[in-house]
Amino acid sequence: MSLGDLLRFSARGLSGHGLRTALSLLGVTIGVAAVVILTALGEGARRYVIDQFASLGTNILIVVPGKTETSGTVGAGGVPNDLTLEDSVAIERSVAAAHRVAPMSMGTEQVTYGERRRQVAIIGTTHQYKDARQLEMQKGSFLPEEEVFRGSAVVVLGPKLARELFIGEEPIGQVVRVGGWRMRVIGVLAKQGVKMGMDFDDLAMVPVSTGMRMFNRHSLFRILIQAGSHADVDIVKESIRQVLVERHEEEDITVITQDSVLSTFTAILRVLTLVVGAIAAISLTVAGIGIMNVMLVSVSERTREVGLLKALGVGRRQILSVFLTEAAFISSLGGLLGLGLGWAAVKVLVGLYPVFPASPPAWAVWAALIVSLAVGVTFGLLPARRASRLDPVHALAGR
Amino acid sequence: MADPGAMIRLANISRTFQVGDEPVHALVDIDEEIRVGEHIAIMGPSGSGKSTLLNILGCLDKPSAGNYHLNDQEVGHLDDAALTQVRRHQIGFVFQFFHLVHRLTAAENVELPMIFAGLVRSERRQRVREALEAVGLSARAQHLPDQLSGGERQRAALARATIMQPAILLADEPTGNLDSKSGRTVLDHIGRMNDEGLTLVVVTHDPKVAQRADRVLVLVDGRIVRRVASAQMGDILTLLAEEETE
Repeated sequence: MSLGDLLRFSARGLSGHGLRTALSLLGVTIGVAAVVILTALGEGARRYVIDQFASLGTNILIVVPGKTETSGTVGAGGVPNDLTLEDSVAIERSVAAAHRVAPMSMGTEQVTYGERRRQVAIIGTTHQYKDARQLEMQKGSFLPEEEVFRGSAVVVLGPKLARELFIGEEPIGQVVRVGGWRMRVIGVLAKQGVKMGMDFDDLAMVPVSTGMRMFNRHSLFRILIQAGSHADVDIVKESIRQVLVERHEEEDITVITQDSVLSTFTAILRVLTLVVGAIAAISLTVAGIGIMNVMLVSVSERTREVGLLKALGVGRRQILSVFLTEAAFISSLGGLLGLGLGWAAVKVLVGLYPVFPASPPAWAVWAALIVSLAVGVTFGLLPARRASRLDPVHALAGR
Repeated sequence: MADPGAMIRLANISRTFQVGDEPVHALVDIDEEIRVGEHIAIMGPSGSGKSTLLNILGCLDKPSAGNYHLNDQEVGHLDDAALTQVRRHQIGFVFQFFHLVHRLTAAENVELPMIFAGLVRSERRQRVREALEAVGLSARAQHLPDQLSGGERQRAALARATIMQPAILLADEPTGNLDSKSGRTVLDHIGRMNDEGLTLVVVTHDPKVAQRADRVLVLVDGRIVRRVASAQMGDILTLLAEEETE
């Protein structure tokens, strides 16, 4: 019996009970579509995070004060030293591979222009920050290149803040009050949106020492460093550690690389994708049981037909392969339909939320197809064996 | 009694079924020989073992004891795969309830045995055309069984049973579900095939069907109680009447 004949005969067998076939087909379709959609969402989340990190600049290191480990003897250690502007200057001076060094102070203040007030986050930093974080200007200029300790009275506004305060007016050159400080607006950032939980559209940026005076702090919030290349990241990290340990006489800082954060996130999201994919695969198993059910009904309904086939000299193996092929038909066709449905759903989703780069990973697509086919054959085996082992005399009598 | 021309040789064939704890002897010590081209009718009351004998002749069932030679091959104790081959190439079946596959057309039903035997498509087409023409169903080839009359269905089944050019045709009450006119047409076709050399074994209740046979075997309680030439049909009728009243 040729493969073509086998496929044709099995297809006719399925078309003999269209509704039942269609329903079990639907089960597989939904199962595969679920795998495709859920893994696409997981993959989308992963890509979203990567995009977010990339938009923050590449080869970034962040120095934060404090060290998360148990300290030694009582008295020594304990409270970490402040991270100071001097530290930042020392890094800039001694670590050659540190391309850009942007010390940061941070707080919230009310920004006032005339009668309008708005409470926003204030970042104190230097001109280096713009390129390290890949910020764009809408108009005016970013913080001036000046001696870090100077701290002139200038401010750069986020676009939303500028819009809210200066409705229709030109903000550049105007004087606003930031807390109790009068400051001249020198620039407005281009629209950036929210990056890593920070709304760059609704904040104000001032020179770092201005910020420190404003918040009455002597320590920095953190220091942002951009290495010259990806290869330099580890060298820079180690150099910074050495410089600061020497200055502080103990290791009381932590250097975080963007890569390590990113790879942690990526790993978490990969596992998440795998887990939701596996959960979706459970629905494929349910669909498989559906196929088994349909095939069992089909076998008992077609007992006489099996008896007839036996009388006509059709072998056990041939009968087995007819019923297995029918099950495989349902599952593979359902798999293809499910892929189509899942793909369409993901397209619609991406159309609705273009920011979210949902896309099913290739492994999930293959896994869904292979699992659906395997499910069909596995769950089709029991009914097919039952059919092939029917006693011809009993089967012909419909028993 | 060993006849060298015998196609079928049954020696001491018994078939015992286990029903609960009770063994039921469906066939007991059947000895019979059937020659090539012979037309045999098997008669007997219900439960006399007619169908069991037919099933054993058709290799659908195996004897509990005894030997069955078909064309000089012992087929009574072959394994499943070998029996499948015997059924495929040597035996054709016609059933009382036609057993057509309802989702396939008449032509596709006739084609069925050849598909599973692995014949190529062009040859299958050719043979189906000839077979349907032979039973007068050319015009109905593309009809589904539900669209055919009973007589047409049985003729399609007859075409299917003989499409693999078997040595024997086994028919179980072939006219049992037909009106007398359709039944006669079907029997005419079967008779013509017998005239062309096909060995024929027909199980029937109907004396008019049995009358067409060369010999009639009368089975009672699993034993052949009479072998009658068709010329002496009157005897059979009285005999059967006696059995029924007993």
